[in-house]
Amino acid sequence: MKYALFLGCTIPVRSLNYELSARRVAEALGIEFFDINGFECCGYPVKTLDQHTALLLAARNLCLAEERGLNICALCSACTGTLAEANRELRENPKLRSRVNNDLNATLGKSYRGTVEVKHFARVLFQDVGLEKIRERVHTDLSSLQLAAHYGCHYLKPSHIYDHIEDPEQPHTLDDLIEVTGAKSLVFEGRNRCCGGGVLAVDEAVALAMSREKLDRVVAAQAEAIVLICPFCDIMYEYSQRKIEKTFNTRYGLPVLYLPQLLGLAMGISPDDLAFRLNRIKTKDLLDKVTPPEET
Amino acid sequence: MIKISELDHDFKHEIAREPGGEHIKRCFSCGTCTAGCPVREVTDRYNPRKIIRMALLGMRKEVLSSDFIWLCSACYTCYERCPQDVRITDLMTAIKNIAVREGHTPPPFTTQIDLLKEHGRLYEIGEFENQKRVDLGLPEIKENAEEIQTLLSTTGIEKRVASRK
Repeated sequence: MKYALFLGCTIPVRSLNYELSARRVAEALGIEFFDINGFECCGYPVKTLDQHTALLLAARNLCLAEERGLNICALCSACTGTLAEANRELRENPKLRSRVNNDLNATLGKSYRGTVEVKHFARVLFQDVGLEKIRERVHTDLSSLQLAAHYGCHYLKPSHIYDHIEDPEQPHTLDDLIEVTGAKSLVFEGRNRCCGGGVLAVDEAVALAMSREKLDRVVAAQAEAIVLICPFCDIMYEYSQRKIEKTFNTRYGLPVLYLPQLLGLAMGISPDDLAFRLNRIKTKDLLDKVTPPEET
Repeated sequence: MIKISELDHDFKHEIAREPGGEHIKRCFSCGTCTAGCPVREVTDRYNPRKIIRMALLGMRKEVLSSDFIWLCSACYTCYERCPQDVRITDLMTAIKNIAVREGHTPPPFTTQIDLLKEHGRLYEIGEFENQKRVDLGLPEIKENAEEIQTLLSTTGIEKRVASRK
């Protein structure tokens, strides 16, 4: 299991806890990550302005992975969606492909061939590693935790770019990956709803209102933390949580964990190695609950 | 009030010719998109059914210069549920791409293009950021903005978003 690790723009600067914990967990589970210097923006932010430019940016990244003969594993759901969609369109539409290749060739001397796959890290864990193998590695009992899975949008949708592998109305893989640790993944209203991150740049008030709605429901379900797999969702629920509290005159103090932080904890990796100290909403109570005092 | 003489009857065809907009004429205005839209739930400024209706009627100017087309969060909920396979998220992208060509780019996106030009990515990775990474045992990352610049100027997007704001 060797993958080119695609970090995107946000993670290597703002979500180092996600990156570090993902690398630690991957290592422990036998997933080998290869870092390609040269990966840049996936194309997502440009699509809304000009689809052809976005395709070129995506195809450029795909070419870099192709040159090394490696499939891509992305940590960010928006990167996963953008690269997977470009990969599919370029594979299935010869006209589009030759237009993109003409431009790539003329400018960078590159050519897209369609020889690699793109997968989200959570999908790699679920599909390639599998729940059984992860379960074998679980050392710490997390059964005292009640958690809220947040799937986000681009991990699942549009479902055709992922060969309809999971029903976006009834997803289960993130719940399964949470419950393999012994923790309980709660069912609550509106759990599949968007975090609002997609409109943050355009209209902050709308984005915050969308996140608030979800936070209200998560707290009502008595979850002790949100578990997520996308840095945009984290910007909404964790970075923006204070702002949401102020704007709507409320108080959550709700920890937000990245999935590999939770998995790593269950696998006995130290909270330090999972960069829990970088979580902006303090996770001390949560960690005290599951980790013997001498190890924290 | 809508004046028929001011409508652009070609607008729906123009959208249908744009990648992502091909299925616009399939819409029968059932409202499934709006009913399940998470943006609509918090603001009535965004209403996908209404936007599609306006586009089909030919309200070109109103749609392209509006700020509401930019409120789609691209969550794909309506895309998955639409009984007519209108592919609304892609349709909104098509409409926004046309709006950009007409000079209607919201300022935050112009900033994003500037960042991509300068760093190849939305967040700069300089010495400071790399030091933080190295301290955590993470590999350094070297920005590779040149190739991104080349692509952005090849398609002309940088000029398009900078002009006529």
